Amino acid sequence: MKPSMLSGAKPNAVIGGLLVGGLLVVVLLGYVWTPYDPIAIDLAHPLAPPSWTHWFGSDEFGRDVLSRAMLGARISVTIALGVVAAAVIAGTLIGAIAGFLRGWVDRVIMSVNDAILAFPGMLLALALIAVLGSNRGSIILALSVAYLPSIVRVVRGAVLSIREREYVEASKVVGDGALYTMVRHVLPNALPPVVVLATSLFGWVVLSESALSFLGVGVPPPAPTWGNMLSAARPYMENASWLSVTPGVCIALTLLGVNLLGDALRDRLDPRRDA
Amino acid sequence: MTAATPLLRLSNLRIEADVHPRSGPRPPLLEGLSLDLAEGQVLAIVGESGSGKTMAARAVLDLLAPGVRRTGGSIQLSGRELTALSPDQMRAVRGGDIGMVFQEPMVSLNPAIPIGKQLAEGLRLHRKLPEAEIRRQCLEMLRRVQIADPEKCLAAYPHEFSGGMRQRIMLASVMLLKPRLLIADEPTTALDTLSQREVLELMVELARDYRVAVLLITHDLGLVAKYAEKVVVLEKGKLVEAGDTRQVLTAPEHPYTQRLVGSLPRRSDGRQALAPDAPVLLSVKGCCIDYAGKPGLLWAGPPKRVVHGVDLAVRAGEILAVVGASGSGKSTLGRAMLGLKPIAEGAVTFDGVDIARMRPEQMRAFRRDAQLVFQDPFSSLDPRWRVGQIIAAALRNVPGLDARQRRERVERILEEVGLGGFADRHPHQMSGGQRQRVAIARAVVSRPRLVIADEPVSALDMTIQLQVLDLFQALQAQYGFACVFITHDLAVVEQIADTVLVLSQGRVVETGTVEAVFAAPQHAYTQALLAATPALAAVALAG
Repeated sequence: MKPSMLSGAKPNAVIGGLLVGGLLVVVLLGYVWTPYDPIAIDLAHPLAPPSWTHWFGSDEFGRDVLSRAMLGARISVTIALGVVAAAVIAGTLIGAIAGFLRGWVDRVIMSVNDAILAFPGMLLALALIAVLGSNRGSIILALSVAYLPSIVRVVRGAVLSIREREYVEASKVVGDGALYTMVRHVLPNALPPVVVLATSLFGWVVLSESALSFLGVGVPPPAPTWGNMLSAARPYMENASWLSVTPGVCIALTLLGVNLLGDALRDRLDPRRDA
Repeated sequence: MTAATPLLRLSNLRIEADVHPRSGPRPPLLEGLSLDLAEGQVLAIVGESGSGKTMAARAVLDLLAPGVRRTGGSIQLSGRELTALSPDQMRAVRGGDIGMVFQEPMVSLNPAIPIGKQLAEGLRLHRKLPEAEIRRQCLEMLRRVQIADPEKCLAAYPHEFSGGMRQRIMLASVMLLKPRLLIADEPTTALDTLSQREVLELMVELARDYRVAVLLITHDLGLVAKYAEKVVVLEKGKLVEAGDTRQVLTAPEHPYTQRLVGSLPRRSDGRQALAPDAPVLLSVKGCCIDYAGKPGLLWAGPPKRVVHGVDLAVRAGEILAVVGASGSGKSTLGRAMLGLKPIAEGAVTFDGVDIARMRPEQMRAFRRDAQLVFQDPFSSLDPRWRVGQIIAAALRNVPGLDARQRRERVERILEEVGLGGFADRHPHQMSGGQRQRVAIARAVVSRPRLVIADEPVSALDMTIQLQVLDLFQALQAQYGFACVFITHDLAVVEQIADTVLVLSQGRVVETGTVEAVFAAPQHAYTQALLAATPALAAVALAG
């Protein structure tokens, strides 16, 4: 019944695992070693194309693109993980409370939620960053708030539908308390859509962080993120394409890996799919 | 046409699933099915789920699901080989020569298109007729299937009709094209006893009038006995017995057919008479239940009363059957007895205490003493839990049990329901019958004094129904719990219950001991129900 880890693994788990694993190796490696100092300016060699000395070339200040991408991976991934974790935990909690208590609590929560949802997420994040200042913590907070409402909606919807299932009624009949039923029966069955949403959220956050950097309110220079690398590469798109290709490919591969792994994770967590 | 060429001839039909490279070869889904159906004849294909009966019907129309294909045999309609036809030629056969009525009337009509348009569609495609003529024929056919107001029906949408009405409309749309063969795949399984009878009577009558042969796919031997002239019995994709209905049902030769015939519910003699002085355990007085009104723009509409002033009493150890058609309020009543549905008027008392006014500790005791078995074993078990956990959860609130005792109780009840060693399975790894055993085990493991069983076997196959009913009876005899058995199947009532209460549109129309009610039903509704219950006895009587 239980296949060994590899023989039963699906291709999406293997590819997703390799991509995300590779990303983690790069992030960890970035702590101990990068080919060059990522923020050391070398004005003698600006915009050097990829070569044996600069594998992925250098940027307009002569900084090594590979080193910057490695450090940028760390910052981008921390931000994305932070936002996903914060939004999922808070969103699940709020959504579950709304779906569980129903009545006026639900109505108040959902009204506020829908009001936030009505703002474009980016606009909301921009406003919050404008108030809180532009640093890593406030970016995580701002993006979490921007992405929270969609999680709340999904969780509440799932909770409302699961709580009408007969096995929930069965739990009530054997005398289980409402909170126990909620935690043991309703939430676990309401989570699969959240897992899927969380993985795509990871992708959106990496992109949003790039967009914020692009707009100039992201992680302040000289610290590199994939987003601000992309944004800085824009004027050189034609004659130094390696500047945008490197972070772009990094973002794309990360998204692919996380999405594949998310699908695999969802399948793995579903007891119905192990047969 | 001579007797030598039957209307439909299947010979050596073989259907297989596409082989997945990793799963290896699998036995064919259907193998060696041969049958002849003469013009105007009704032939039933009988079998349980997974026997391949639906597959056979779909193969005739070349409507097999993707991943499944016919790999051998021939299908002839009046001597014409259907398997050799091009897709275009086959399209003309479908609907035109062969009509099909599906099992689920709720989904076989398009909800977004008015009935009239759906009826006319077939005529427009197959017969080139002027619009006025199409309309005339539609109206006539609707009248023929006893739709009250055909004019209005044409403009109406499917959701405005009940299941039985929709199945008639379906029948009308098929018969409009005057096919020579009608394939009916479990046409009444989703309907209650009374509509079931009406629809089938109508179908057989229409078939006779228009000289249409009928291929009736069913799992219900009672229906076969009543309506089919010939029968073919399938087991796991193989034909096990075929012949005249009367002969096959009265003198079955194959052991599987014998088992099928033997699984028709019948009165068991072993049931001990109830002690006359048994105390009343549960009593319901003047119970009325409302459903909230349709939500309007600002506030909800007026509530709709679904149960009107029901009185009943269940004595300790008694099995009371609550019988009624779908929509009669019987399930709602069952849930109200457990306090799962608020009641608008009246009271439910358990052991002399009104359940609406129980103190917390009384409520906790009530939750141990009264249990529920659900109709659908697929939705009543949490898909993420293992069987052992599911049953153990019912003991969580029973005081005075340590972990070891709980485990023993769970193991013991699993043995008793015939599922020893299944504790580590997930529900999806079990069949419907096995799941229902788990649900029953969960209900009785805490040794309750009352079990409310809401149609516990109606989602199961015939032979499985019998097994589960027997199990339920055995457990009841062993533990002596009182039981409210909610069902629409009078045959089941006869087998299991002491007393019966007949519910019609939320009102009690008749109540009494099973013997008395079955021998001399007083109310017209009960009489109609009894008459509509297909039974094997019908064959004996007819012969």
